[in-house]
Amino acid sequence: MTHAATTPAPQAGSANLLLVLLKARTFIALILVFAFFAFAAPNFLSTANMVIMSKHVALNAFLAIGMTFVIISGGIDLSVGSIVGLCGMVAGWLVLYGIDLGLGWSIQFNTVEICLIVMVVGVLIGAVNAFLITKLNVAPFIATLGTLYVCRGAAMLFSDGRTFPNLNGNPEYGSDTFRLIGAGDVLGLPISIWMLIVVALIAAYIARRTPLGRYMYAVGGNERGAALSGVKVNRIKFFVYMFSGLCAALVGLIVSSQLVASHPATGQAFELNAIAAAVLGGTSMSGGRGRIGGTIVGAFVIGVLSDGLVMMGVSSFWQTVIKGLVIIAAVVVDQAQQKLQARVALQAEAAGK
Amino acid sequence: MTHEIGLQIRGGTKVYPGTRALKGVDFDLRMGAVNVLVGENGAGKSTMMKVIAGVEQLTEGQILMDGQPVHLGGTDDARRHGIGIVFQELNMFPNMTVAENIFINREITRGRIDIDTAAQREATRGLMRRLEHDIDPDTLVGDLRVGQQQIIEIAKSLAQDARILILDEPTSALSAAEVEILFRVIADLKKQGVGIVYISHRLEELIRIGDYITVLRDGAITGARSMEGVDVGWIVRAMIGEASKDFAKEIDHPYGAEVFHAEDVTLPRPGGGMAVDHVSMSLRAGEILGVYGLMGAGRSEFLECVIGRHPHAGGRMFVDGKLLKTRTVSGRIRSGIALIPEDRKNDGLVQILSIRENMTLSSLGAFTTGFHMNLGAERGTVRDFVKRLTVKIASMENPVSSLSGGNQQKVVIGKALMTKPKVLLMDEPSRGIDIGAKAEVFRTMRKLAAEGLGIVFVTSDMEELMALSDRIIVMSNGRVTGEFDRKDATETLVIAASAKGHAPTPVKEPAA
Ligand SMILES: Nc1ncnc2c1ncn2[C@@H]1O[C@H](COP(=O)(O)OP(=O)(O)OP(=O)(O)O)[C@@H](O)[C@H]1O
Ligand SMILES: [Mg+2]
Repeated sequence: MTHAATTPAPQAGSANLLLVLLKARTFIALILVFAFFAFAAPNFLSTANMVIMSKHVALNAFLAIGMTFVIISGGIDLSVGSIVGLCGMVAGWLVLYGIDLGLGWSIQFNTVEICLIVMVVGVLIGAVNAFLITKLNVAPFIATLGTLYVCRGAAMLFSDGRTFPNLNGNPEYGSDTFRLIGAGDVLGLPISIWMLIVVALIAAYIARRTPLGRYMYAVGGNERGAALSGVKVNRIKFFVYMFSGLCAALVGLIVSSQLVASHPATGQAFELNAIAAAVLGGTSMSGGRGRIGGTIVGAFVIGVLSDGLVMMGVSSFWQTVIKGLVIIAAVVVDQAQQKLQARVALQAEAAGK
Repeated sequence: MTHEIGLQIRGGTKVYPGTRALKGVDFDLRMGAVNVLVGENGAGKSTMMKVIAGVEQLTEGQILMDGQPVHLGGTDDARRHGIGIVFQELNMFPNMTVAENIFINREITRGRIDIDTAAQREATRGLMRRLEHDIDPDTLVGDLRVGQQQIIEIAKSLAQDARILILDEPTSALSAAEVEILFRVIADLKKQGVGIVYISHRLEELIRIGDYITVLRDGAITGARSMEGVDVGWIVRAMIGEASKDFAKEIDHPYGAEVFHAEDVTLPRPGGGMAVDHVSMSLRAGEILGVYGLMGAGRSEFLECVIGRHPHAGGRMFVDGKLLKTRTVSGRIRSGIALIPEDRKNDGLVQILSIRENMTLSSLGAFTTGFHMNLGAERGTVRDFVKRLTVKIASMENPVSSLSGGNQQKVVIGKALMTKPKVLLMDEPSRGIDIGAKAEVFRTMRKLAAEGLGIVFVTSDMEELMALSDRIIVMSNGRVTGEFDRKDATETLVIAASAKGHAPTPVKEPAA
């Protein structure tokens, strides 16, 4: 079939409009999902529900931001869910018992100190991941799968599998404010949302305006080429896994504060939601491509979907099926839109001359 | 003698986002002859060949074979019509052996299930004999140098027994002796009636081998004739509209102090033996040092040792008299060394990043204060380099993979120059760039040398070596086998030195 392209060229204006629509498709999907539930689920649009939902979304969004960096640089981090669990347990332990030095008395910490210690724990686990991957040459999938198990097991060991209840803290030690992380709000927005905004802005800035971000993309696109251009590949990898660990630690803190308790099984399968959000937002699993903004929108799509389905009373089995279908559909649409976009651009080009 | 026309393109137009690569071309491919294709970087040569090979489809126009319109929807379509191609960029599986690569997707099988490895190995040996190269069929392709990989690509296309064979810059990493062998094979194929398309920027090669010539300019054909009476001057005029083939103008300038010095550099070969065998050399500011040698002589490996790619390399290096303690690539770049690697696709570029991001990858520090990158300054500098190196681009935000081969090379050169090096290592810097750009690159090299930069460049092109070097070093089997001042160097001397340590017939040449 040797065909002459005789398709009448669309008006330049409408072609441009179509391109814009295609580019914003994840966002449009979000609006559609949102609109659907606004009609179908009673109380969906109530302020109370919005606040609850955004808190849920935030948890996944934190992990997804860290995951996006890791995937952009050509890796994967399966351990984030377990880090959430372990960090939650560490926080719970510190609030309840402090650190016992075995001398008959223990060191107690205030909220800020607890947060810092927990964050350091998350970063260190990320560093262990990076060490395994860069220095010992373990494939990222395997290395982080290993830490997934180790961290989960460690979380269980903390309490013999039991929950740390009543993390109300103690005003004497200044740890009674621990609950505010999950429950407090500033200017009407929950603190965890403020934290998300800050982390997302920092991450977007890193990705777009710093050499570090540029190097992440380069390492994911062509590691050998990046190394020969003088990029310190190992350093970049350490950064992304440590950053991902940090995000997971924040989630651990928020969850245990929200529940006023920490349970060692918290965070199971969170890593999968994070990967899904990143992919929905247009991050390429083969590395080198992805944006923080897209990831956030992706996290919202997943979050709105699962909360909306709950509110409609859909059974949790069906929820799982639907979530899977949406992820597949999103990626299929993404591929189709890339082709379509190229075709529209080509037609505009061919018509232009 | 006339040759029948085996394939025609009529009114071929190809549109890419942002570019019209072909504008209504009419092309005749003659059988039993060598059809050469010339044109500047980005003229549309590779695009036209990809259309014939079924990799790309024409936006408008048609392809005729023996007078009948054909649809070439993919490479297997093309293969069914007896069309084989060697692409400009290498397409190899580095994790597979030579034999596996040659027979990829055409495996010799027993009962369509069981791969007959012995037969494939035997057939590969036959092909290697035909190409007079002693590469073991079981070597991993990833362990071969670019030039050797090019030989494997050629072997792969020969194994198809194609009726039409397209060679898109097959010799860009081959030196004179290897080109000779290829030409003998081409002459054989011609006798068997195979129609050959040959693309190269080495104009002398074209004149020697071609029967018909087609000149492309900006996606349009500006000349097509038989090769009789065509000389380099004619080609250049048809290509760029002026007859200047102004190679390096002699700007004589005094050399400065020694800027770089290497002592006893060694690099063991994975299979045993030495890839770089106690090589020492020194370079003065403002000097251009040409390094020549046959394939596998260890030239590229030496440059890679200098830039710090092989952490286990031995020897000592000095820049400005100071011993380099750092062993990392980034450290070496900071000490003022820059490398333009041989394999631009795998080592030189990050394909999915934009042109801008690729160019500045080694020198982001220059646009950064604290953490913050100044994107405006970055764009400004890139614009400046794009102009200086005459890179043909639609927009600097396009992915670098959308550029033609030669323009990609210019991006790599720009990236190295942006680091403001003291010592510039160039591995086949003119690989795949057109004659106008070559002149530009050479002028730039001369100018940089005059500004006090020391340049070491590896080349397989004798003419380039003679025209550009202030001093010549010849390597063979990892060792320095000759060193000449420009005044004393002759082609014979250089070739003799490059063959030292090799048996007289190239067939017996030790495997790399
Ligand atoms: N995939 C692509 N997307 C967009 N533009 C492309 C693509 N491939 C090629 N082009 C453009 O088409 C034009 C012709 O490219 P082509 O590769 O045919 O040049 P060429 O004559 O082979 O040049 P060279 O001598 O450098 O190999 C160039 O301007 C190039 O930028
Ligand atoms: Mg080309």
